[in-house]
Amino acid sequence: MTGKIIVLDRRVFLGGSAALAAAGLMPGVGVSGVAQAAGALAATATMPGGANNYFPNAPLVQNLGTGFTVSGVVRRAGDGQPLPNLRVQIWAATERGGERVPSNRGSVMTGPDGRYSLDISPIVPQFGQPHIHIAYDDPGFATLFLRPVLGSRHDKTMSADFVLAPAV
Amino acid sequence: MLVLAVVPVIFAAASPLQRGREFLWFVGGMAGVVALSLLFVQPLLKAAAPPLLAPRDGVRWHRLGGMAIVGLVALHVGALYAYSPDDITDALLLTAPTPFSVYGVISLWCLVLTAVLAATRRALNFDQQLWSILHSVLAVAVVGAGAVHAIQIEGAMEDMSKIAICIAALTATTGAVIEVNVLRPLRLRQRSRRA
Repeated sequence: MTGKIIVLDRRVFLGGSAALAAAGLMPGVGVSGVAQAAGALAATATMPGGANNYFPNAPLVQNLGTGFTVSGVVRRAGDGQPLPNLRVQIWAATERGGERVPSNRGSVMTGPDGRYSLDISPIVPQFGQPHIHIAYDDPGFATLFLRPVLGSRHDKTMSADFVLAPAV
Repeated sequence: MLVLAVVPVIFAAASPLQRGREFLWFVGGMAGVVALSLLFVQPLLKAAAPPLLAPRDGVRWHRLGGMAIVGLVALHVGALYAYSPDDITDALLLTAPTPFSVYGVISLWCLVLTAVLAATRRALNFDQQLWSILHSVLAVAVVGAGAVHAIQIEGAMEDMSKIAICIAALTATTGAVIEVNVLRPLRLRQRSRRA
């Protein structure tokens, strides 16, 4: 309800953000690494601020609470093959505190179909924007840091597929 | 008037989003909220001195208010920098992923310029009328960019009281600029013509 009002007001107030968007300064909502270039799948690019509050080697977890689910498929650049048994690291701000709180940080493995999924407590905006962080930081493929933004802070799910480039 | 300025601060301090936040983050955020509230009171101190208070008191309070706003914004940026240097460095270098940080930085630099001019205008022998116009233009930029910054942030402030204080600050600033630069000189001129 109040969210609606803000959106209306933004439209009235913020002609400037349209200009910003045109200038490419607005972050894209959601993640899509699917940029088809000549039939080959391009690797997803690291996002600005993606590595904020990153701590290497987040422990493998069953969940980080419940109420919000992030899931997606990890593929490899080029032929788009799903990548099984890879570690995906995820961290986000929840009611337990900011992104540095250990209980807001964990790793999950991708399944045989390259899909990963993690339940987290409801996401709280960190530094003014509701978002989560996703990292791939192991040998085999190039390191990737993502910072997808929720469409609304009340969203219950987010889909974040991404494509890894071969390690250089 | 006081209610309009105080309610957003109380709501932000009591927000459930503050739960679990580190102390520096809380202080840095709240300093920004209080500064935003002062941006509503500040133009009134100068432009509505009579009837609100004696003209000389108005100027004195306006000066103190200006120092308070500069101090609070310094605390806002400083405490948030101490909590998360990466986020604030990105914002100041205009490379942050958040669109609102650009408006915060615009507002910040206009405020810094205002403070420098206010502190040095006597030494530089600044013309009173030129100062008035410059300060007015910068004030509208500080409040306008600051309001956009605040509205785009999804944080501890409550939506309705946030919009209310932003509109109030913008209205008070615009009204004060017109009063000080146009209406007051006109009234003085008419009075001197009659005399």
